[in-house]
Amino acid sequence: MYSRAYKWIVSTPPLLWVTIFLLLPYALMFAHSFWLVRDGMIVRQWNLQNYARLFQNPVYLDVLFRTVRIAAGVTLLSLLLGYPLAYYMSFRAGVRKELLYQLVIVPLWVSYLVRGYAWKTILGSEGVLNGFLQYIHVTKEPVSFFLYSPFAVVLTLTHIYTPFVFLPLYASLEHIPRNLVEASHDLGAGSRATFLRVILPLSLPGLLAGATFAFVLTLGDFLAPLLVGGPSSIMIANIVQSLFGTAYDWPLGAAVSVCILLLTISLLFLTERLEKRWSFR
Amino acid sequence: MSRASQSSRRSPLLGIYALLVFAFLYLPIVVLILYSFNRDGVGGFPPKQLTFAWYRLLFSDSSIWDAVVNSLLVALGAVALSLTLGLLAALALDRATFPGKSVFRRLVLLPLILPGIITGLSLLMFAVSAGRQLSLATVFLGHGTALLSVATTELFAGLQKIDRAQEEASLDLGATPWQTFWRVTLPNLKLSLIAAGLLIFTLSMDEIAVTFFLIGRDNTLPLEIWARLRRGITPEINAISTLIFAVSVILILIWYRIRTRTTGQEAQELLEHP
Repeated sequence: MYSRAYKWIVSTPPLLWVTIFLLLPYALMFAHSFWLVRDGMIVRQWNLQNYARLFQNPVYLDVLFRTVRIAAGVTLLSLLLGYPLAYYMSFRAGVRKELLYQLVIVPLWVSYLVRGYAWKTILGSEGVLNGFLQYIHVTKEPVSFFLYSPFAVVLTLTHIYTPFVFLPLYASLEHIPRNLVEASHDLGAGSRATFLRVILPLSLPGLLAGATFAFVLTLGDFLAPLLVGGPSSIMIANIVQSLFGTAYDWPLGAAVSVCILLLTISLLFLTERLEKRWSFR
Repeated sequence: MSRASQSSRRSPLLGIYALLVFAFLYLPIVVLILYSFNRDGVGGFPPKQLTFAWYRLLFSDSSIWDAVVNSLLVALGAVALSLTLGLLAALALDRATFPGKSVFRRLVLLPLILPGIITGLSLLMFAVSAGRQLSLATVFLGHGTALLSVATTELFAGLQKIDRAQEEASLDLGATPWQTFWRVTLPNLKLSLIAAGLLIFTLSMDEIAVTFFLIGRDNTLPLEIWARLRRGITPEINAISTLIFAVSVILILIWYRIRTRTTGQEAQELLEHP
């Protein structure tokens, strides 16, 4: 029903734009990762040196492992907070469901920076938490280890990503046919057995989607470590950022970026596969 | 099965746990707002002596308001750019076949999936290779391009819902494709366009990761705040954060109203699900 001219007109501008402003920049990132820096200049000499340096220098691998640990911690905590909340809202909340749902959405829209900053004011050595602890006479002096630690990064990112984890979880719980749950009860299964045998397996796709969100978003984060983390919680994206900044080694930075990119894409590919396998439709 | 007897046997533990999760989600926001009115600064407990001094300081702080203006310019530009291209992209994905269509579909979505730092740095390398000076213009191009992913997904979803028969009727009755686009397709998409525009506006106003690498001398609001955070924290930042929070809540309410109108049927069904 649409003419060739119509199709040509609608597809050409976005196709051109995406080619020039997305495909080309990403390609340039790949290209840079195979180039070199010599005397403060980028030399377009194709080689694998950057990747060799990455895998030989233990610092990069250490930071990568720390990043994965932090991402795993954030994912686990977000699930521990998000799953019971989603379960409660889907199965127990009744008429308050709609209002509660809105209440989870609101923090999702609050600026990332604002939330990170709020945690900084809470956890600092002259912060609200320390003030409170001294006020109720639990501690006498300010405790300094709350802020500028991997713990602060995990806490802040968990706060930021819990609503992200909640959304797909809640959606998958809402899609579970309620007659399946009732059938399970009628056939004599207790609440626990019903949860483990019926509800949990059926919510796995949502759980996986939520976990992937939290993990992937943490993997590429560089702001939380700068804001609340301090030197002991430098993550892989901070390495990239410093290689592009003060260290001025764009090719090496590009190589680290390519690693993050490949890691992210393969994770997403993997979980998409699993989600399809686990979905019950 | 009697539901009543079952729920009476349920322990209140889950409800308490849910309450605690909500407390965790809202604690930082409450603290932030509370301390924006605290005379003695961002720390200490309990907050005492209510004051509007930090707001007064904020309103006379010209570099913050310059940054707000910069952010507004970038966000409005990004909305216009990404909606225009996103509309075309959504139409193309919905109605046209062309070589590389499936690659195109995935490529458009990449900025949504990849960490912002990757997209930001790629665009930085591109700008430098093209010999461009970093400025608000590069930030605008970056936001427009990255948020094209959001525009395309939202508008594609909107297109799926509209009735194709109306367009067929319009074409059959002798309207040109151009007239049909302006008089049938676009009015049908109006609510999706507004909803997508609001979402993109909010995301652009808050964007840091891409902006970080594309910014020149003039800061956007998040980067101005970021720069100040590195120097030390004052309740003035609480005050601006509180205002940002208030504005985002207003935008969510507007967005949500439009959203429930466009997808009213589905939302209704979802909410009324037994």
